[in-house]
Amino acid sequence: MMTRFAFKAVLGAAIMALGLSAPAHAAGDAKAPAAMEWSFDGLFGTYDRDALRRGFQVYKEVCASCHSLNQIAFRNLSQAGGPEFSEAEVKAIAREYIVEDGPDDYGDMYERAALPRDKFPSPYPHENAARAANGGAYPPDLSLINKARGGGADYVHALLSGYEDAPEGVEMRPGLYYNPYMAGGKIAMPAPLLEELVEYSDGTPATVEQMSMDVTHFLNWTAEPELEQRKRIGFMVLIYLTIFAGLMFFSMRKIWADLH
Amino acid sequence: MADEHNSAGDETNRRDFLYLATGAFAAIGAANIAWPLIHQMNPDASVKALASIEVDLAAIETGQSITVTWRGKPVFIRRRTEGEIAEARSVAETDMPDPQNDIDRVQKDEWLVMVGICTHLGCVPLGQAGDFNGWFCPCHGSHYDTSGRIRKGPAPKNLEIPSYEFVGDSRIKIG
Amino acid sequence: MSGESTYNPSNGFTKWMDSRLPILRLAHDSFVDYPTPKNLNYWWTFGGILTFCLVTQIITGIILAMHYTPHVDFAFNSVEHIMRNVNYGWLIRYIHANGASMFFLAVYIHIFRGLYYGSYKAPREVLWILGVIIYLLMMAAAFMGYVLPWGQMSLWGATVITNLFGAIPVVGESVAIWLWGGYSIDNPTLNRFFSLHYLIPFLILGVVILHIWALHVPGNNNPVGISVKSKQDTVPFHPYYTVKDGFALTVFLILFAYFIFFAPNVLGHADNYIQANPLVTPAHIVPEWYLLPFYAILRAVPDKLGGVALMFGAIFILFLLPWLDTSKVRSARYRPLFRQFYALLVLDCLLLGYLGAQPAEGIYIVLARIGTIYYFAHFLVVLPVLGIVEKPKAVPESISEPVLGAQPAE
Repeated sequence: MMTRFAFKAVLGAAIMALGLSAPAHAAGDAKAPAAMEWSFDGLFGTYDRDALRRGFQVYKEVCASCHSLNQIAFRNLSQAGGPEFSEAEVKAIAREYIVEDGPDDYGDMYERAALPRDKFPSPYPHENAARAANGGAYPPDLSLINKARGGGADYVHALLSGYEDAPEGVEMRPGLYYNPYMAGGKIAMPAPLLEELVEYSDGTPATVEQMSMDVTHFLNWTAEPELEQRKRIGFMVLIYLTIFAGLMFFSMRKIWADLH
Repeated sequence: MADEHNSAGDETNRRDFLYLATGAFAAIGAANIAWPLIHQMNPDASVKALASIEVDLAAIETGQSITVTWRGKPVFIRRRTEGEIAEARSVAETDMPDPQNDIDRVQKDEWLVMVGICTHLGCVPLGQAGDFNGWFCPCHGSHYDTSGRIRKGPAPKNLEIPSYEFVGDSRIKIG
Repeated sequence: MSGESTYNPSNGFTKWMDSRLPILRLAHDSFVDYPTPKNLNYWWTFGGILTFCLVTQIITGIILAMHYTPHVDFAFNSVEHIMRNVNYGWLIRYIHANGASMFFLAVYIHIFRGLYYGSYKAPREVLWILGVIIYLLMMAAAFMGYVLPWGQMSLWGATVITNLFGAIPVVGESVAIWLWGGYSIDNPTLNRFFSLHYLIPFLILGVVILHIWALHVPGNNNPVGISVKSKQDTVPFHPYYTVKDGFALTVFLILFAYFIFFAPNVLGHADNYIQANPLVTPAHIVPEWYLLPFYAILRAVPDKLGGVALMFGAIFILFLLPWLDTSKVRSARYRPLFRQFYALLVLDCLLLGYLGAQPAEGIYIVLARIGTIYYFAHFLVVLPVLGIVEKPKAVPESISEPVLGAQPAE
């Protein structure tokens, strides 16, 4: 019986290995991103609140001019497991933005300051306007970017901080920039992060590496806001199931013991 | 002999305890699984975000009403005139099918905040209408006074006052 | 086995119920006092695990349907609404998505158990055929379910597969248009896939009931492949196998929980977190892992219609299995040569699965062709021939015999 069990485990592992090998290949000829250590990795991963807040500042001041964040509402910024701004801070952040509302009693659409319940407004009214303003390229929405790219947070960070000069003999047409982490090497976004582009309110030096880590950290939260609760519950579930498996095993042995 | 009986008894006790523990553990697991499956039908975060709204009262003049939507329902907010307040205060309890003091229906005298749904069968009453200078429901002819209390007609209860609080002088949070 | 009912209603209510609708009797005879071979190993626990998977998918699916909007303009956002706003929505969604993978993992183990121990042989041919029908329905349900989140893989995976119907001569294009409800995958397609995705699990439930019924007529097969000869060979299903199935299920749940809570997206594809865009084709279109072997067979054949034919053929050949395997011996335990070919089949299926995720070029295509040829050769050539030329090992007299064996009587 034990060998059967072991075989089942090996089979399961083999299938998992096959499954995991598939997406890695899909990256194609792009440079593999370096594996970073994120505080949200692993069985006990959590978000670093300060990194989330710094990352939000980078998004707001750098990325938001071209990239929407349309799955996130301002109120999400105060919920547990995220940057955890206070309700007052969230109201203040929201008030800085204009959103469209209406129609009013005269039949007109009007603009008003955003409320916590509103989503982050998009920098462009629709995709066509976004493409027109960016040489035909569409700056993707960033809410899910960490889950929408096979390399996850490692890839996003590598891409943001990994711009290089194009190697010898590689022609870059105007409007494209060289980035070894991008499939094909050519990306329509110029390097978005420059030294000290942002002034962090907590005094952290705003190096390209720091800003890239922070905004990637923030974008992991926008993609997986439930992460902390999920891992917390998951750990308890695994403990419970292990104990329960033990109880079932010994119950089974007891029941089967009286067979001849 | 006594020892054999005891060990058989111990054996039974241990076995029963094991089964009891296993069963109890299974029940705990089942309850923990059941809760998310039930709770998912409770209002979600986006609905709860709309559960309370803040309304700016600064633009409302004396004698003017506005209607806002709160939790999918209309809420009448009226800035009452001195005359309307006086009228509301001078009604005898015997004239009210659902007796209630005006003082118990408002936090600040001039601001009347009510859910605009007729307590009869749910139509939205018309403002500045009816025999009592308040609201009139055209569906079945209920008349409400300047405090939103039912005075004549089939409605059984006064217009509902939602829970609200003043956040600042000219701003209220409803719900 | 269909023997005498041993149910004895003990109180007033159960007697009253039994004389009006003997459902408690049926439950008792099928799952409590049901005589089950006493030598079943852990490979036999997957039927119970599969039932659990089906119920889990149905419950989580019905709940998801309370919050999901099956319209191309709202579907993707409604799934994000579930993930972010609905209480425990993320949990229910991840259970459902990973549950599909666990369902297929369990069904493949269950099928390969049947292949190894000859559970498809007489008198269990109909049981086997019902099983293949369940498998087909599962694939249809999973295919349509994957379209519902309306991500890039949803749209493009469905486009590739439904385009295959266009390969049918004469009527192909009309069939494709009929399936789509338009000239490409769009809102009409999404809506009907939602309706059918809700329906099919209940069809599966019905066929599962027939499957269990068909099992209970001859009774379970067992690892030695010998029929039950006497009561001595069996134990009542409850408590012996209820507790064993429960234990196996708990271990299965540990793996399931690991995926849900710690690696919820590793079995999926990142591109499905990008909203469907009919103007942008993903670099590599791949189905979910459990459909990869069929995808490999499809792409191995240079001709479009040929690929479709072989892909469906690979499943339909399973219907013929009871008649293709000519051996009189059921269990692979006593068929040493068969065991070697069985191992080859397992490796072949794993290889085809791997190849299904690779680009269809170079060495991958060559290997896929070899894998496809072996797959069909296994069923059409190896199995019929083996039954004739193989020298099986001596088969024991009864189930109890290999256990008692040469041990002295107590």
